[in-house]
Amino acid sequence: MSRIDAKFAALKAEGKAAFVSFVMAGDPDYETSLAIVKGLPAAGVDVIELGMPFTDPMADGPAIQLAGQRALAGGMTLGRVLEMVRSFRVDDQTTPIILMGYYNPIYSMGVERFVAAAKDAGVDGLIVVDLPPEEDDELCLPANAAGLNFIRLATPTTDDTRLPAVARNTSGFVYYVSITGITGAASASAARVAPEVDRVRKATGLPVCVGFGVKTPEASAEIAGVADGVVVGSAIIERIAAGEDTASVLAFVKSLTEAAHGA
Amino acid sequence: MNDTTPNSYRTGPDERGRFGIFGGRFVSETLMPLILDLEAEYEKAKTDPGFWAEMDDLWTHYVGRPSPLYYAERLTEELGGAKIYMKRDELNHTGAHKINNVLGQILLARRMGKTRIIAETGAGQHGVATATVCARFGLECIVFMGATDVERQKPNVFRMKLLGAKVVPVTSGRATLKDAMNEALRDWVTNVENTFYCIGTVAGPHPYPAMVRDFQSIIGKETRAQMMEREGRLPDTLVACIGGGSNAMGLFHPFLDDPEVRIIGVEAGGHGVDDRMEHAASLTGGRPGVLHGNRTYLLQDADGQILEGHSISAGLDYPGIGPEHSWLHDMGRVEYVSVTDDEALAAFQLSCRTEGIIPALEPSHALAHVAKLAPTLPRENLLVMNMCGRGDKDIFTVAEALGSKI
Ligand SMILES: Cc1ncc(COP(=O)(O)O)c(C=O)c1O
Repeated sequence: MSRIDAKFAALKAEGKAAFVSFVMAGDPDYETSLAIVKGLPAAGVDVIELGMPFTDPMADGPAIQLAGQRALAGGMTLGRVLEMVRSFRVDDQTTPIILMGYYNPIYSMGVERFVAAAKDAGVDGLIVVDLPPEEDDELCLPANAAGLNFIRLATPTTDDTRLPAVARNTSGFVYYVSITGITGAASASAARVAPEVDRVRKATGLPVCVGFGVKTPEASAEIAGVADGVVVGSAIIERIAAGEDTASVLAFVKSLTEAAHGA
Repeated sequence: MNDTTPNSYRTGPDERGRFGIFGGRFVSETLMPLILDLEAEYEKAKTDPGFWAEMDDLWTHYVGRPSPLYYAERLTEELGGAKIYMKRDELNHTGAHKINNVLGQILLARRMGKTRIIAETGAGQHGVATATVCARFGLECIVFMGATDVERQKPNVFRMKLLGAKVVPVTSGRATLKDAMNEALRDWVTNVENTFYCIGTVAGPHPYPAMVRDFQSIIGKETRAQMMEREGRLPDTLVACIGGGSNAMGLFHPFLDDPEVRIIGVEAGGHGVDDRMEHAASLTGGRPGVLHGNRTYLLQDADGQILEGHSISAGLDYPGIGPEHSWLHDMGRVEYVSVTDDEALAAFQLSCRTEGIIPALEPSHALAHVAKLAPTLPRENLLVMNMCGRGDKDIFTVAEALGSKI
C-alpha cells in the first residue's frame, strides 16, 4: 500500500476529509521553504503537494506564477526539489508528498533518471499538468512502473466519455479542478461540486480531492463536507509572498486544516 | 542524420499529432476536450468543398491572392548569382502572410459557433490580421501581447484598437511572445464555452501545427504554379525566415517531396548564436523540450527552464519552433541557418535600395541569407525567397538601430 493509499484509508476510518496543501518548493528561498514544509504535518496537513518551479506555468494564476519566479530566482532546480523531499523524509516517513508541475524540467532531466531519483528521495506521487492521458507513455507509465502514483486532474470539461480515459493508469486519488480556469481564481460552490465529485468517484473508484479557488477556512470546511479532500494553494502562497514568517503561515494553514477536519 | 528516408515528407502528423518524436498534445485536462473538438471540426472542414470555396473567395477578394511571384532583377544583378524571385506575401491585406491562416481559423470558429476569438501576437502582425478578420465577421477579439512588444510595436497596437480588438498587455514572465501565448492559454482554460484560440504560427498542440501549415500552404502551391508558368520548371532553392515557422512551412510544404529543391529556413541569430544565448535560433542553439502543447526544439537552460529569445524582430523572438520544422531538421530534409540582427538590418536596406520594397524585419532575415548564398550559386539557379511581410511596422525600430530620429 502506498503512503497515499494508507493516508486516505486512515482518514476514511476516522470519517475525515483529507487536507492537501500546495506550496512551491524554494519559495521564497530554500531554507524558509523547507521549514514551512516540515511544519505542515503538525499544522494538520494530510498530503503535501510540492510545486516544481517552471518558467512557463500555463495553468497557474499570478500567485503561483510569482512563487515559481521567486523560487527560480533563488536558484531552485528540479534536483534541489528532490533534495528538499529527502530532507523532509529524515523526520517524517508517513506524510505523502506529491510533486506538482510541468513536464519540461522532468523531460530535461530524463524521465528514467527523474523517476528513480524521485522514488529514492521519498516522493509518493506526481501531478504533471501538461500530460493528459493521451501522453501516458511519456511519464505516467514509467512512474507507475517505479511505484509512484500518477495523479490525474479531472475538470468540468472532462465529460462522461472522457472519464474512463482519465481513470486509466491512475491511482492514489483524483484531483478535481472545480472550475474552468487557472489556479487562484474564483471557486465553485460546494453545492455545484458535490454531484461532480460523485460522478468522478463512481467512474474512477478513487478518492476525489477538490481544489482551485479555495481560500478561507469556511470554504475549506464546505468543500471538505462534499469531497474526500480539499486542496489549498494560492491562499497559502499569498501569505508567503506577503513576507509572513513561518509560524504565521503555519498558523493560517492550521485554521484551514481544522476547518476541513471539523467538517 | 537520417538513417531511413521516408517515402514522403508530407504525410505527417500521425494520429497522435506527431512528426517523429515532435508535436503531440501536451495540454492540461481542461483543454484536451477542446482540442479534440477542434481536430474533429477541422477534419470535417478539410474535405468540405464548401469550406475551401469560401476560403478561396475571401483569399481572392479580401486578401488579394494570389500574391505575385516577382523577379527581383536589380537584386539579382547586385548579388551576381542565383536568379532571385520574391513571393510577395507582403502585398496581402494587412501586410503579411498571417491573414492566410487567420481566415481559415475564423471560418472554422464560425462553423463551431464560437463568438469570442483570442490570439497571441509578437510583432503584432498576427494580432492585426486576427482583429481584421474578426471585424469582417463581427466577432469579439482579444489579443494578448507582451508588454515589451506593446512598447516596441506601437503602430500595430493602434491598428488593432482601430479594428475593434481589445489588446491585453501581458506583464507575466518576461512580457514577450511566449508569455502572451501562456496568457492566451490561461484565458482559453477559463472561457471554454464560447472562445476560439486562433494561434498565429505552426506551433501549439495538435491539430494547430498541421492546420496552420495547411492554411499557409497556399503560399507554396501558388509559387509552384507561378514558377512553372514563368520558367517551365520547379525552383532550385527556397529561403524563408522562421519565428514559429508558419510562412516557411507554407512555402516549403508543397515542395518537400521534390528532392531537387533545396530548402533553407533562416532563424534569428540576434547578437550571435553562442552561449550568451542572445538569439532566437531554437534549432541551431536549442534542444528538444516541451512547451505550449508540443515537443520541439527549445531555448532552455540545463534545468529545462525556458529562456527568452532575442531578436531585433519582434516576430522572430520565440524560444520554440513549430514541431514539423524540428522533424525536418532531424531528418535532414531542410537546412536551417541563422543570421544576426546586423545582417538582417543590412538586408532590409538592400531591399529598399535595389527593389523599392521595404521589407519587414522578419523576411529581412531570409534576405540576409539570400545575400550570402546567391553569389555562390550559378545564374540558372532559380531561388525563391518568401517576402512574407512589409516593413511599415518596423520603421521606428530600424530608425533607432540606424541612429536616426523620426
Ligand atoms: C512578417 C512576419 N514574418 C514572419 C513572422 C514569424 O512567424 P512565422 O515564422 O510563423 O512565419 C512574423 C510574426 O509576427 C511576421 O510578422
